Amino acid sequence: MNKKSFGSRLVAAPYIVWSAIFIIVPLILMIYFAFTDTDGGFTFANISEIGKYKTAFLISIVYAAAATVITLILAYPMAYFMTKLKISSQRMLMLIVMIPMWMNFLIRTYSWITILSNTGLINSFLGKLGIGPLKLMYNPGAVILGMVYDFIPYMILPIYSVMSKLDKSLLEAAEDLGSNAFTKFRRVIFPLTRPGIISGITMVFVPSVSTFYISQKLGGNKTMLIGDAIEYLFNLGPDYYNVASAISLLLMCIILVCLFIMNRFSDEDDGGVIV
Amino acid sequence: MNRENIVELKDISVAFDGEKILDGFSLDIKDKEFITLLGPSGCGKTTTLRLIAGFLVPDEGDVIFDGKRINDVPAYKRQVNTIFQRYALFPHLNVYENIAFGLRIKKLPEKEIKEKVNEMLSLVNLTGLEKRNVETLSGGQQQRVAIARAIANRPRVLLLDEPLAALDLKLRKDMQKELKKIQEQLEITFIFVTHDQEEALTMSDRVVVMDGGKIQQVGTPQDIYNEPQNAFVADFIGESNIVDGKMIRDFYVEFSGQRFECLDKGFSPNEQVDVVVRPEDVDIVEPEKGMLKGTVTSVSFLGVHYEIIVDIGGFKWMIQTTDEHGEGEEVGLFIEPDAIHIMKKSQYSGLYGDYSSYSEEIDLLSDADYVEEEASVE
Repeated sequence: MNKKSFGSRLVAAPYIVWSAIFIIVPLILMIYFAFTDTDGGFTFANISEIGKYKTAFLISIVYAAAATVITLILAYPMAYFMTKLKISSQRMLMLIVMIPMWMNFLIRTYSWITILSNTGLINSFLGKLGIGPLKLMYNPGAVILGMVYDFIPYMILPIYSVMSKLDKSLLEAAEDLGSNAFTKFRRVIFPLTRPGIISGITMVFVPSVSTFYISQKLGGNKTMLIGDAIEYLFNLGPDYYNVASAISLLLMCIILVCLFIMNRFSDEDDGGVIV
Repeated sequence: MNRENIVELKDISVAFDGEKILDGFSLDIKDKEFITLLGPSGCGKTTTLRLIAGFLVPDEGDVIFDGKRINDVPAYKRQVNTIFQRYALFPHLNVYENIAFGLRIKKLPEKEIKEKVNEMLSLVNLTGLEKRNVETLSGGQQQRVAIARAIANRPRVLLLDEPLAALDLKLRKDMQKELKKIQEQLEITFIFVTHDQEEALTMSDRVVVMDGGKIQQVGTPQDIYNEPQNAFVADFIGESNIVDGKMIRDFYVEFSGQRFECLDKGFSPNEQVDVVVRPEDVDIVEPEKGMLKGTVTSVSFLGVHYEIIVDIGGFKWMIQTTDEHGEGEEVGLFIEPDAIHIMKKSQYSGLYGDYSSYSEEIDLLSDADYVEEEASVE
């Protein structure tokens, strides 16, 4: 017994060391900075500073929520559609979903500027038709679009993987017992794919709420998201590390609360509650 | 239109990827009968069930239900319910909600649902388990939930797709009796699919033996066993020795170089026929008293009886006897006229009924494969 547990400890050791150095220690540092002043003395000043950034917090959450809802609305039917295809077509489509993820995140976001800007693809096309130029960039819509574009694969993947494992005979059983297409979806497909939806939502919401690059490039300077605020403060130099840490800490807490609420939904036994 | 028939299949053909699964298939199913579709994997029996359930539309032919053509009626509108091979219970619902599934779709009042579910639970002996997660139930219990869920809707016809294949032998025997009891109690039509001939004979009012997408024979279990129509049926149902023979005239047949009295007639004089003799109908006697003479080549003890293989002029006969015989022993065979059954020659002649390559193990192995093969066909 001892030998075995020693063996398994040995296998886990590299990761434990890794997480100690790169997860636990930074976390402690962040908490330390959040509750100290520049001289290292304990203070709540940083926490009360956060009040200045409450609009950034609010906008971040609203934008991230909007982006998450839109990705879900796009990705769920997409994943459903994919499972209906031949295996070879499914692989092909999955590849197409994945390819953008192999491209650099900055490039992906940047390319939207060349599409949306006043001299960009869309406006030069519209210009030829005598319309515009339309103001497509530097507004909330462009930021949310960027989030949706960048993070949609993280929604499609988990939903698709749950949906493709769905036992076809369950769907037949539902039809057999009198369900039309809608009831079949509501009473069987949706509740059984909910774990995929939950992890998709988590994987899109978390990076969306803390992103900074997308809003800077596509939102201009008008919208400051909480990620931008953190980046801005860190760029100002060591004097601002403490406030930035406090904001990061609060952001983490908010994400944790969101995940907790989410998990409450996935534990729910009865499918009828959410629908 | 015959009102006695609840389901009629007329000239149905179904092909998948150019391969014919059902070929000009016609069958009438009477109201309230227990009918079994029996055949080896790939014979089209599950496909037939799926046609009736509404999961499949025939390429040609009609599916008639209660006098009406229902080819285009979707599954959810048919008064038919299915018990699936692997039960297909909803993992996100407990026992109670699984059984209530169809009733909730009908939007019955909660009180009525409760009454019906409780009635179903006691019918299948699951009272007290309503709150249980279906995935924590044993195979037998899951089977019962599947039965309760399917009959809670009070279908006119219940389709059962190899429902007992996953259960062990003892449980399977119990469930056979119970299903039969439920069928009689509810007075609904059961259409049962199996590859297990014993199960088919035990439970059914009528058996449909299928092979290659065609019906080989339809009849009562007794008909099928005692009067098989061709070598396929004779071999598939029970054990059979099938030898080449010649009908000399009515009630008189020649095989294995001897002439025998029999009870069959209606063949042309000197017509070539297949002769079936069941292993349990042969008596072993002293070599000089026998109608046929041969050497015992193998003996296996099966508990109730011995199964011995006797070589008669190069053809291996299987005989079941309660007496012990040694390998290499000379024996005589005595066959009564009523033990001989004559069949017309068919495409199956010469393919079955010789025990030269017989081995108990191979038989068992190929049996076990059926379930998986059937699944991959679906």
